[in-house]
Amino acid sequence: MNRDLSLGVDVGGTNTDAVVIDGAGRVLASTKQATSDDVTGGIRAAIAAVLAQLGEQRSRVSRVMLGTTHATNAIVARRDLDRVAAIRLGAPAATEYPPLLGWPKGLAGLVLAGSAMVGGGHMVDGTPIAPLDRDGIRRFLDRTEGFDAVAVTGIFSPSSPEQELAVAELVREHLGPHTRVFLSQDIGPTGLLERENATVLNAALYSVARSVTEALVTVVAEEGIDAVTFFAQNDGTLMSLDYAAQYPVLTIGSGPANSIRGAAHLSGAEHAIVVDVGGTTSDLGVVVNGFPRESTLPREIGGVRTNFRMPDILSLGIGGGTTVDPRTGAVGPGSVGHRITEQALLFGGGTPTLTDAAALAGAVVGGRSLPSLPPVTSALLKTALEDARQQLEDAVERLSLGRADLPLVVVGGGGFLVPDGLPGAGQVLRPEHGDVANAVGAAISLAGGRADQISSLHDREAAVAQASEAAVAKAIHAGADPLRVSIVDILETPVTYTDHPTVKVSVKAAGPLARLGEKTGA
Amino acid sequence: MPPTSPASAGAQVAAADVAALAAGAAIFGTGGGGAVHTAQVVAEQVLLENGPVPLVTVDELGPDDLVMLMSGIGAPTVGIEMLSSRHQIDLLVREAQAAAGRPITALMAAEIGGSNGVSPVGWASRLGLKLLDADGMGRAFPSAAMVSMNVAGLPCDFAILSDVVGNVSVIKTIDLHWLERHARALTVASGSICLGAHYPMTAETARGAVVEGTVSAAIRVGHALLSASEPVAAVAAELGGSILLTGKITDLDRRTEDGFARGSVTIAGTGADRGRLQRLELQNENLVVLEDGEVLASVPDNVTVIDAETGQAITTEMLRYGQRVAVLAWACDPIWRTPRGLELAGPQAFGYDLTYVPFKETTR
Repeated sequence: MNRDLSLGVDVGGTNTDAVVIDGAGRVLASTKQATSDDVTGGIRAAIAAVLAQLGEQRSRVSRVMLGTTHATNAIVARRDLDRVAAIRLGAPAATEYPPLLGWPKGLAGLVLAGSAMVGGGHMVDGTPIAPLDRDGIRRFLDRTEGFDAVAVTGIFSPSSPEQELAVAELVREHLGPHTRVFLSQDIGPTGLLERENATVLNAALYSVARSVTEALVTVVAEEGIDAVTFFAQNDGTLMSLDYAAQYPVLTIGSGPANSIRGAAHLSGAEHAIVVDVGGTTSDLGVVVNGFPRESTLPREIGGVRTNFRMPDILSLGIGGGTTVDPRTGAVGPGSVGHRITEQALLFGGGTPTLTDAAALAGAVVGGRSLPSLPPVTSALLKTALEDARQQLEDAVERLSLGRADLPLVVVGGGGFLVPDGLPGAGQVLRPEHGDVANAVGAAISLAGGRADQISSLHDREAAVAQASEAAVAKAIHAGADPLRVSIVDILETPVTYTDHPTVKVSVKAAGPLARLGEKTGA
Repeated sequence: MPPTSPASAGAQVAAADVAALAAGAAIFGTGGGGAVHTAQVVAEQVLLENGPVPLVTVDELGPDDLVMLMSGIGAPTVGIEMLSSRHQIDLLVREAQAAAGRPITALMAAEIGGSNGVSPVGWASRLGLKLLDADGMGRAFPSAAMVSMNVAGLPCDFAILSDVVGNVSVIKTIDLHWLERHARALTVASGSICLGAHYPMTAETARGAVVEGTVSAAIRVGHALLSASEPVAAVAAELGGSILLTGKITDLDRRTEDGFARGSVTIAGTGADRGRLQRLELQNENLVVLEDGEVLASVPDNVTVIDAETGQAITTEMLRYGQRVAVLAWACDPIWRTPRGLELAGPQAFGYDLTYVPFKETTR
């Protein structure tokens, strides 16, 4: 039997979507279910629904891919987080900036069991700042109580990784081989405080990630399908379940990344602007060579500044449920969200929304028609729709970087808010199954990895080769087929104030998943 | 005219002022000066622990006071990773005292623009010193020679550099161009990042040689930015400057030349400014604004690109195609308009073959 089907699930704040895709990339089944409080219920319902649509074909499913906002929600809600002992290697450097500086007090108190800044770390050219203070680390571990994990951040560890690795070994020797140790070199590029923040958050998310990965494994087992399971990460690639439990912070931002990749796949556009219009927001992103364009700016997650790679997303407060002020016609910022079917004018409620404005302008929404409205309300709705369109037009133009020929792919339930002609973009594409683009993106993802290296300009080629090798290894670790993994992006940045020309290279590798899922069925 | 009303007697900088100081320092960065966020979080923390810092004017300095100029120096790419040590500033001030042969009693920011305008308040708090309500530029400039003391002809007796591992160097050079050269070489040897103290000054030598009132001005501008309902207009009013144009970035051309990030940006007017087009020339900082071939503002006058909605400063490296921005300009301190000031920091000092026309608020 041909076991060529992939099942993609996307757990959003409101809905859990699922799709099944065949080897040729066609959508065979899809569903939208409400996200449950325990997450598992929604996943179970969504997977059961698409498998039911498949009928006897269900045993052809060999892979299940999950994208989830669970990690973000846990940080924002300060829920189920593990306690972390944070070790910084680099003293005396950076001692003016203790770990977790600038975190919201409540979150820092919840997460941090203790921190130490010990001798170690490297300068930009690889020279050690100080010898590694092994005794200092042992003393810190002995005097710190009640932690579940250790986070280690060494100055310039992205280009000089060996010290962090030595510390991981030391911690396991001292506390036992199963101690959870997380290294900053695996999490983010240079930018010490932001990378350390991301590493500590990552360590704190271990149990949260475990519970979701276990939920997925349980549901897959309950359904009796023989499939390998993967998680979607924020750059539009996949990682294995083990890897996701180790690097849960990388699942943050996977929703927009999946939506962009899914929209590109469904529309057939390798280069495009994608707009995903939901109930509360419109998220816009750019797809380049089939992957989301990444942001280079630090981002705040739950009030914490972090620097790991995230898709370059522009979020507007414009969605189908966005309210229109009945006195001024002002758009938002409120939204009736999933209560739209009770509160919007179109559904017999009393709250004017952008959906009502679109319906007034002729959009067909759920086959319903508006009640007759006072002229002043109609006028205000018109103004509001024009305002929303202007905001969308500005955002599209901004993301296009001046290219007016990129197609605009419209997905999501509120896609009717986007008009057919927007200056600043080419053709407007509204692909079939666009309402479940997130789940499609999860189902079609490749496995990927990224690595950074700082080197002298005349060793540039060696540095690119070294970073490429590390990125490929990470991609394979994440589940990529070793024979088909390739480098998809190389970014070089010059470094100033050095005695010889120096460059930072950042390499991303990705490849199709190893066909492990077929081993039993092939 | 620029803001010159200095702090009133008994003035202090408290932890609650640091966010405003940082937002204001970003405006005074005129596109450069480095990101203020990291400096802001550490200064807030130190002021919470040690209490507010006395902010004094030159007139309030006594005969026993000695002021040191403080700054970070080095590569931003390295600066985000190899942050300063807790003892680096202590060492710096201890060596400066030894070199001067008397106690340091007050610190001053070398430049009020960017992170270098924010960090000294934390250092003063940690060391229990006063902060002078002044700086050496009134903005941000890329070179150590572009300081008001140099314009005033004040010699720099010595400079001290300290690095993260504890190396300290005392540098005595014949002028500021040699200081820049030596300081750069030492900074490279230290791993591309250092802290520096230079220009020891007394009340007598500081008078007329520093740009006064800039710390309190940055705080005022920052408060206006963070609290006003119309932040763009509030910032312009607080600075006594004008908005040259409100529009969007339609072209961005960047190149690296001689270690500097050069470039030009085209901004197309929107709303009331529709149909107008301005070009902004950059080199780390914003240097010249042109419209229809006419110079509207240029160095040493100040030009900052701010977000059209929030009023927050956008550094030259953060400029992006499509951004909605306002171009804000205001007059420099009079010291920069002297022949010596223009020689050091006028358009020609940055390689532009154009005659300096003083910016007035009525220009447009």
